[in-house]
Amino acid sequence: MDKTNAIISVKNLVKKYEDFTAVQGISFDVYQNEIFGLLGPNGAGKTTTLEIIETLREKTSGEITVDGYSVDKEASKIKRIIGVQLQAAGYYPNLNLVELMELFSGLYGVDIKPMEMLEKVNLQDKAKAKYKALSGGQKQRFSIATTLINSPKIIFLDEPTTGLDPQARRNLWDLIIDIRNNGTTVVLTTHYMDEAEQLCDRVAFVERGEIIALDTPDNLIDQLISSGFERKKEVKKANLEDVFINLTGKEWREDN
Amino acid sequence: MSKPYNHTKATLALAKASFRSIMRSPSAVVFTLAFPLVFILVFGFLGGGGVKVDLAIAPGSDLENPIIKALEEISVVHIIKDKDAADIKTGLEKGHIDALIDVQKNPSGKPAYLADIKYTSASIDKGNILKSVVHNLMYTLNTKDVMPTVAQLNESTVQGRIYRTIDFILPGQLGFSLLSTGVFGTAFVFFNLRQTLVIKRFFATPVRKSSIVFGEGIARIGFALLGAVFIILLGHFFFHFTLINGAITVLNMLLLSIIGLIVFMGFGFVVSGVAKSESTIPPISNIITLPQFLLSGTFFSIDAFPTWLQPISRALPLTYLNDAMRKVAFEGAGLWDVKHQILIMVIWGIGIYAVAVKVFKWE
Ligand SMILES: Nc1ncnc2c1ncn2[C@@H]1O[C@H](COP(=O)(O)OP(=O)(O)OP(=O)(O)O)[C@@H](O)[C@H]1O
Ligand SMILES: [Mg+2]
Repeated sequence: MDKTNAIISVKNLVKKYEDFTAVQGISFDVYQNEIFGLLGPNGAGKTTTLEIIETLREKTSGEITVDGYSVDKEASKIKRIIGVQLQAAGYYPNLNLVELMELFSGLYGVDIKPMEMLEKVNLQDKAKAKYKALSGGQKQRFSIATTLINSPKIIFLDEPTTGLDPQARRNLWDLIIDIRNNGTTVVLTTHYMDEAEQLCDRVAFVERGEIIALDTPDNLIDQLISSGFERKKEVKKANLEDVFINLTGKEWREDN
Repeated sequence: MSKPYNHTKATLALAKASFRSIMRSPSAVVFTLAFPLVFILVFGFLGGGGVKVDLAIAPGSDLENPIIKALEEISVVHIIKDKDAADIKTGLEKGHIDALIDVQKNPSGKPAYLADIKYTSASIDKGNILKSVVHNLMYTLNTKDVMPTVAQLNESTVQGRIYRTIDFILPGQLGFSLLSTGVFGTAFVFFNLRQTLVIKRFFATPVRKSSIVFGEGIARIGFALLGAVFIILLGHFFFHFTLINGAITVLNMLLLSIIGLIVFMGFGFVVSGVAKSESTIPPISNIITLPQFLLSGTFFSIDAFPTWLQPISRALPLTYLNDAMRKVAFEGAGLWDVKHQILIMVIWGIGIYAVAVKVFKWE
């Protein structure tokens, strides 16, 4: 990976909500074509940071460029080259998935085949269903499909796997890796460390609006071990998750 | 970037989505169609063969004169003879009798007859119909007057257009349907899109705010016009709703509908901005729609209201929409003839959108 090639650059980002400072001057770069993870406890400021980069929230101060465009001056250009999955979002009421896809293709100004987009996330069987009638995992997958409509250079996924079963989660990882292999940069947040370890090229730990560590998962783990850390208990060769996956099969299931 | 972003395409995509959504939303269909249709059906059947004006002839009035003869020929007018003065008086007071006519030979010769007409405040609507019938009649009689021969006059009887209940009720119902879909529909849609973070997701696309507003507006206008066409045609073909100039009249009514709807949507934007929760939308919307429903001449002519109420009626935008609709449909007025009504609606529009810009919330 070409480490000098930053597609997103965040410098001294500060965000204040009235008198509360949610983000306290963080700086980081996201490199082209990597999967970058923002990790950290609830309320650390991950969503806030993402949404400022996505030009959905105003920042208090700092400088951000996305693929060379400044968030202050060229928000609409940024919106054309990014795909966004929000931690909480809704979709137009009373429309089925195909119709929603058509709507988004109009909003992004691109021509797509709705069914092909749905096939990417294995929702072709739900084409005529309303968004409301989907399960939690299907909703997540649909949200991710909407981020791909404009063939974006970067996609932002805010907790894409929250609420998914272990198998659906793994399938989503495969999808995310596919997306990355097609040349898209991925920025995501997650509360699952196994996920971050598997998926992310680099992760930043955010706490109380500050970045307290930023490196590859491997390096971070090695650093911890070299500081003398040891797990309390020897791990068994399998865990309950392996049991789940072994029992319930590997493929996307119709109703997951 | 390959090709420039197309805002029109985005607006139309939104309009299409919104239109589909409205068509599938039961409440929109009920408010826009079912509600007005019920009233139209009820009044359509009640109204039967149209309005009759009961006109009593005063005891002692001359009966053998061209005026009475001509009135008898007019189907709207129902002549009541041989009632005594006391019956007529109570009839007038209660509105069973709409007016009283007394015709006398003029002793001084010219004009040949003098006619006295008494209207009653108990029946202002019908009084007004009679008034215009009589004015027409007098005009025709007098221009043909030169050598009054009864036979000639009978042939020249005015063909008074039949003014049916539906001619009054339908424009009022159409106006109210536009008011409710404009206010309720717009308020709910924007409140819900904001609340359910649909708009937030839109903002992550390159779409402009104006495209969102226009897209929604186009869809709502399209839907309301479909409803209007349906109401007008149903009224016309089943209940003989008068469309003086046929298709042109329908077109003029639709143009008026658009003007009215745009104004009413302004109220909807305001409501969506000030409502704190979804459940406060209906009461706030009702504060806007109910007074207009009652006071804007939807069911009764506002002339029938007590005088202290009339200025309030004359301040409401729906009054002018109803008024313009009736003039266009029944009298065949063009849009230019109702420019006064349109102007007042435009003034309302400017005022309400000025407020909407201030209170409307995107997130
Ligand atoms: N609109 C807002 N107004 C005021 N405070 C806010 C607002 N949005 C977020 N905050 C506060 O900012 C802090 C960071 O919130 P943020 O949503 O960025 O956290 P997060 O890291 O995404 O958390 P989670 O893991 O729970 O999603 C929190 O303390 C939150 O209460
Ligand atoms: Mg969050």
